Amino acid sequence: MSILSVKNVNKSFGGLRALNNVNLEIEEGTVHAIIGPNGAGKSTLLNCFVGRLEPDTGSVTFDGKSLLGIKPHEINQTGVSRVFQTPEIFGDLSLLENVMIPAFAKRDGAFKMNAWSPVADETALCTEAIEMLSDVGLAEKADDIAGRLSRGDKRRLELAMCLVQQPKLLLLDEPTAGMARADTNNTIDLMKRIASRGVTMVVIEHDMHVVFSLAEKISVLAQGTVIAEDLPDNIKGNPKVQEAYLGGAHL
Amino acid sequence: MNFFSMNRRDFILFASFSAVVLAGPLIFTPIGAGYPDLLQKFAIFGIFAMGFNILFGLTGYLSFGHAAFLGVGSYTAVWTFKLFSMNPLPAILLATLLGGIFAAVIGFISMRRSGIYFSILTLAFAQMSYNLAYSVLTPITNGETGLQLSQSDPRVLDTMFGRDYGAVLPSSDLFGINMSGYPGFYFCAVTLIICFLISMRIFNSPFGMMLRAVKSNQNRMNYTGLNTRPYALAAFVISGMYAGLAGGLMAVTDPLAGAERMQWTASGEVVLMTILGGAGTLLGPVIGAGVIKYFENIFSAFNEGILLAAFDFLPETLQHAAVAIASLFVGEGWHLTLGALFMLIVIFLPGGLMEGFNRLKNLFAKRPDDEGTETVQTAEAAA
Repeated sequence: MSILSVKNVNKSFGGLRALNNVNLEIEEGTVHAIIGPNGAGKSTLLNCFVGRLEPDTGSVTFDGKSLLGIKPHEINQTGVSRVFQTPEIFGDLSLLENVMIPAFAKRDGAFKMNAWSPVADETALCTEAIEMLSDVGLAEKADDIAGRLSRGDKRRLELAMCLVQQPKLLLLDEPTAGMARADTNNTIDLMKRIASRGVTMVVIEHDMHVVFSLAEKISVLAQGTVIAEDLPDNIKGNPKVQEAYLGGAHL
Repeated sequence: MNFFSMNRRDFILFASFSAVVLAGPLIFTPIGAGYPDLLQKFAIFGIFAMGFNILFGLTGYLSFGHAAFLGVGSYTAVWTFKLFSMNPLPAILLATLLGGIFAAVIGFISMRRSGIYFSILTLAFAQMSYNLAYSVLTPITNGETGLQLSQSDPRVLDTMFGRDYGAVLPSSDLFGINMSGYPGFYFCAVTLIICFLISMRIFNSPFGMMLRAVKSNQNRMNYTGLNTRPYALAAFVISGMYAGLAGGLMAVTDPLAGAERMQWTASGEVVLMTILGGAGTLLGPVIGAGVIKYFENIFSAFNEGILLAAFDFLPETLQHAAVAIASLFVGEGWHLTLGALFMLIVIFLPGGLMEGFNRLKNLFAKRPDDEGTETVQTAEAAA
């Protein structure tokens, strides 16, 4: 069953046509990669899923509900979490607080005036957050300030922040960008573990090593259009894809 | 329900804070501040700064217009005295409430922008309130003269309960206890302690954590399913209520409300207090308020006579030169001292006085460790 369905989406910035009649179906419980050369419109497409951008025409439906015209926090509350290209975390707060905040958002909704009882009394949420941190290998740093982490650790923290909400759909924008090879492999292992729990994921990625180790299905975007959508093995041999990436030269 | 549940550390902090405040007259006498008028100011401005800190310290929204709520609180309290009762309780309750309502309106509009634009909007609103109080709203505020009590005020509740103040101008009293001198200070002190407790609960609560998240990364908050606007607005309203309460207390101790209380210099003062003490810390703003009010009081009271006496040990020419220089920094010019102090703090202790205390604490806590390593090094060198 398709959980996210994108139909005839168009988006222009001035004269530039960033997305041209994009159609996409994301199956529930799969890892779907979106690849394409620079400027193909991958990030623009992702931004249309989370309310950062509004498509000019077309529809984006998640779990039977339209995602258009609603705010980012409302989209998250329907079960969509997003990891950014540059990790977006609460740099001044501790790792534990970083993970507890999304847990509170999941439990209490977009706003709750919970100003009297101390955070320390929320033992259930606290345990959940610690477990999530140990899941991504950061439990021993729980009391550190998040802004001082290495980039790889920040990415793992951001993943933990998304996962603690048990999202129905997890969007990842270049999750291994700027990472060392060892860190990249750790991240791949982590995402494989997440995928094995049945979380639907959409991954935008440049690194083909990452894409082919993770994705169950790949869509190729070039100049704002989906030029191919297939299983990973078939994508490799697709002449259209080779042309988009290499300008016609054969691999 | 564990209404007052607190961990040990918080309880000790709260108990010591209360003890220091209640023992204020004893503690501050040696430094010449142990009299009710000044102690009251410490408490009132402590409340004002503590509330301001809930907005600025936690969410990072820098308001330059909080004096407006202080003024609203004062006017409300005086009107409550005039219309209902000289009892301070209804006065401060209504002052808090109206401070909150004004903050909700001004906050709702100003919070549409952030950063410097937010600050400018709040400043504009406060100056608007100040000018309105001075001119158009004279029937309510009594303009330049300021709002005062008069013998012919109705005081409905007092009349109802048969309370008659006779032919003198009444002063506020709490069920027969006159709110001047030490009783007035203790009324403010107890209010300050209650405000500190509330502030402490907010700091430790999930709500407080969300406010710090607003300061840290609003973008992440939105993509985490949290609506930042109501959180920031709630902080603004709470700080407006603290300011209204502080304004109300000013009227309790001295039943008079003037428009100058809303001027931008008053808004700037609370910013200075909070930063001087340490924005975002629980105790910092109260300490900052105390330090500024103390220096204002001490330095502005110095005159040439005192200075001459102080530099008496110098030869006459030098004495006059020293007095000429020093007199720039005292009396009317005490703001110069305040400015210099503020500059030093911001440059050397960006986290305010609280950062200074913490550095001292760490210094003493680390001392044994350092000695330990030294011994090891000496031992190695000897070997």
